[in-house]
Amino acid sequence: MASQEILREEPSRGSFINDPRIRSLFFQTLVVILLFSSIWWIVHNVIENLQRLHIASGFGFLRSRAGFDISDTPIAYTSDSTYFRALVVGLLNTIIVAVAGIVLATIVGFTIGIGRLSRNWLIRKICTVYVEIFRNIPPLLVIFFWYSGVLAVLPPPRESIHLPFGSFLNQRGFYLPRAVWGDGSWLIGVALLLAIAMAWFVAHRARQRQKATGQQFPVFWTSVALIVGLPVLAFLLGGMPLTFDFPKQSTFNLTGGFWIKPEFLSLLLALSFYTAAFIAEIVRAGIRGVSKGQTEAAAALGLRSGPILRLVVIPQAMRIVIPPLTSQYLNLTKNSSLAIAIGYPDLTATAGTVLNQTGQAVEGVFIMMIAYLVLSLVTSFVMNIVNARMALVER
Amino acid sequence: MQEHDMSWVRTEMVLAQPAPPEERGAYAWVRKNLIGSVGDTILTVLGIAIVLWIVPQVINWAFINAQWSGPDRTVCTTAAQGGIQPDGWTGACWAFVNAKFGQFMFGTYPIEERWRPILVAILFVALLVPMLIPRVPRKGLNAILLFVALPIVSFFLLIGGVFGLPYIETARWGGLLITLSLSFVGIAVSLPLGIVLALGRRSKMPIVKWLCIVFIEMVRGIPLITVLFFASVMLPLFLPEGVTFDKYLRALIGVSLFAAAYMAEVIRGGLQAIPKGQYEGADSLGLGYWQKMGLIVLPQALKLVIPGIVNTFIGMFKDTSLVLIISMFDLLGVVKQNFADANWATPQTAKSGLIFAAFVFWLFCFGMSRYSMYTERRLDTGYKR
Repeated sequence: MASQEILREEPSRGSFINDPRIRSLFFQTLVVILLFSSIWWIVHNVIENLQRLHIASGFGFLRSRAGFDISDTPIAYTSDSTYFRALVVGLLNTIIVAVAGIVLATIVGFTIGIGRLSRNWLIRKICTVYVEIFRNIPPLLVIFFWYSGVLAVLPPPRESIHLPFGSFLNQRGFYLPRAVWGDGSWLIGVALLLAIAMAWFVAHRARQRQKATGQQFPVFWTSVALIVGLPVLAFLLGGMPLTFDFPKQSTFNLTGGFWIKPEFLSLLLALSFYTAAFIAEIVRAGIRGVSKGQTEAAAALGLRSGPILRLVVIPQAMRIVIPPLTSQYLNLTKNSSLAIAIGYPDLTATAGTVLNQTGQAVEGVFIMMIAYLVLSLVTSFVMNIVNARMALVER
Repeated sequence: MQEHDMSWVRTEMVLAQPAPPEERGAYAWVRKNLIGSVGDTILTVLGIAIVLWIVPQVINWAFINAQWSGPDRTVCTTAAQGGIQPDGWTGACWAFVNAKFGQFMFGTYPIEERWRPILVAILFVALLVPMLIPRVPRKGLNAILLFVALPIVSFFLLIGGVFGLPYIETARWGGLLITLSLSFVGIAVSLPLGIVLALGRRSKMPIVKWLCIVFIEMVRGIPLITVLFFASVMLPLFLPEGVTFDKYLRALIGVSLFAAAYMAEVIRGGLQAIPKGQYEGADSLGLGYWQKMGLIVLPQALKLVIPGIVNTFIGMFKDTSLVLIISMFDLLGVVKQNFADANWATPQTAKSGLIFAAFVFWLFCFGMSRYSMYTERRLDTGYKR
């Protein structure tokens, strides 16, 4: 059979220039050559430039004395500490403001997002105005607005604004009463942990019982009672070991209490208000993404509006919400680097100071990049776990 | 004989009845939208309280008590602070914005040469407006003029040094001029670069693919400030001795690379949404890689991700304000720089200047987002997944 013989033959190829494998090999070799030669060129230039400028290289500088002060130090730090410690202080400040910002932005964002879906026309409009304003102006401008526009023009310490619960607001920041825990306050912590464990146990048993018998148990209120009740009981039993250190006005300043500096306050407010506008849109899209048929089917099964929301709408909405929410959290963490503009000593600001003092730009930028990459990876990792728990379990 | 028990047949329909009175009119709307239930009523009262608390304050501050013009700080300070206003006065100091308006727009660009940026702005608007209106023909020519000819002409017009125009270094540029030029060039560079990166990331060549992945993920993982730091302190180290870079150019490189990485991810989303049949169809027609991408895949993919692309543009426009950290003075930078002017140091200066800057940024971003919504509706060909 001649025709089959012909078919079995190797198909005749055109010029080897048109062979995709050879082409791909050629282009990749070209890319590798270009890449390595430019890397070599850059490294060569960097080494030459550093030698010319008499700048040391390597990470040895991390062990030498920093010699600059940092205004917010979550861990012990003086100007005699090492550069490494200064960078750790900066990293901790970044983490503090990022975590606080994420919590605040989530609360504000969810409130506004749900408000945009409200049946109430007025609330809907107010929330829309909020989103359209904050989404369309740069976060840096919001930071400056809080810092130089609002907080800097508050009255001086002597004319501080009195707020409820013995707190004060003035040019130098926000003063809150600080809780001072006396002897025996460990009992309260233990009680709280115990209450959480018991609440979890109750929830677990209630779920099992509902599966077996169909009987429901008021898990939510029991948990609230446990988590509030047990620590309060411990508090009373321990002889009320809690006092408050109220800020007191002296001639020039306020003493005592818990002091939140204006830099931190403006950064936190700006980041969370800005990000909240984006979170609100994500939440709105998520809830609207759950089709109306789901709500109606749940209602047809006899569920009331509370359980419909809790068992049907929110779990499905969360699936849509979480991935973009993660990237907003990452954005907030990255935007916290804007702190440098108002002098809050976050990672970028301290690394910038270190970079200026030592002149070791390559190492400084490298440390910054690695730190932010690690922060981003950790945030994504945590959110991926949450996402995996929420994701649709298909057959 | 058959009997007809149907003695009457309707020949015309009954006229539509009006809705019952309780479903009509303003009161029904209020009942439905504002006081539907107890909770709703409480929310409405709360909302009215918020509006009554904020709006009169804002109107008072921004319009009624505001000072629109004046020679120096005295018009915006109370008597106790050394001005002419009564004690307890608060209002916007638009006089500050008015006095510094030229600087806010052009920075320290020489006053007698300011016709040049104005001319560029006029050219830009003249080319952009027909580009944005779908009915105007010759989009291809328009795009070439806007994205190729205009940047070249603007470059020579703004920098000068040729055709008898005095040379003006970029250090003297400032204000809105920097904001707009940085973001326009950034947009014009980051879109093609983002397309290349997105195609690279989906390429079958492993080395190209991994290079693109590493670049995109690295840049997306770090803040823009770090990228700007990188561009401003490390780029000079990368170049041989004697070769220096303009600071403006360095910022431009930083911003464009940053936006390109985000753009690449947006476009990748569009590429992934194109069904495999389209790729295979193009292959079966005998199209080469670039023909396949340019004629079949990219036109569909880009159309799908227009909202994402515009969002990236908006983000980039807002991000140009960050160049003030490497001490360049864009709109926000110039406004902030002028707070230090002792001639205008009042408690209201900062707030007024920042609100003015915010309004300008808001206008551009809001305009872009509305235009993208309009385009999205217009291009919606029902191809939704």
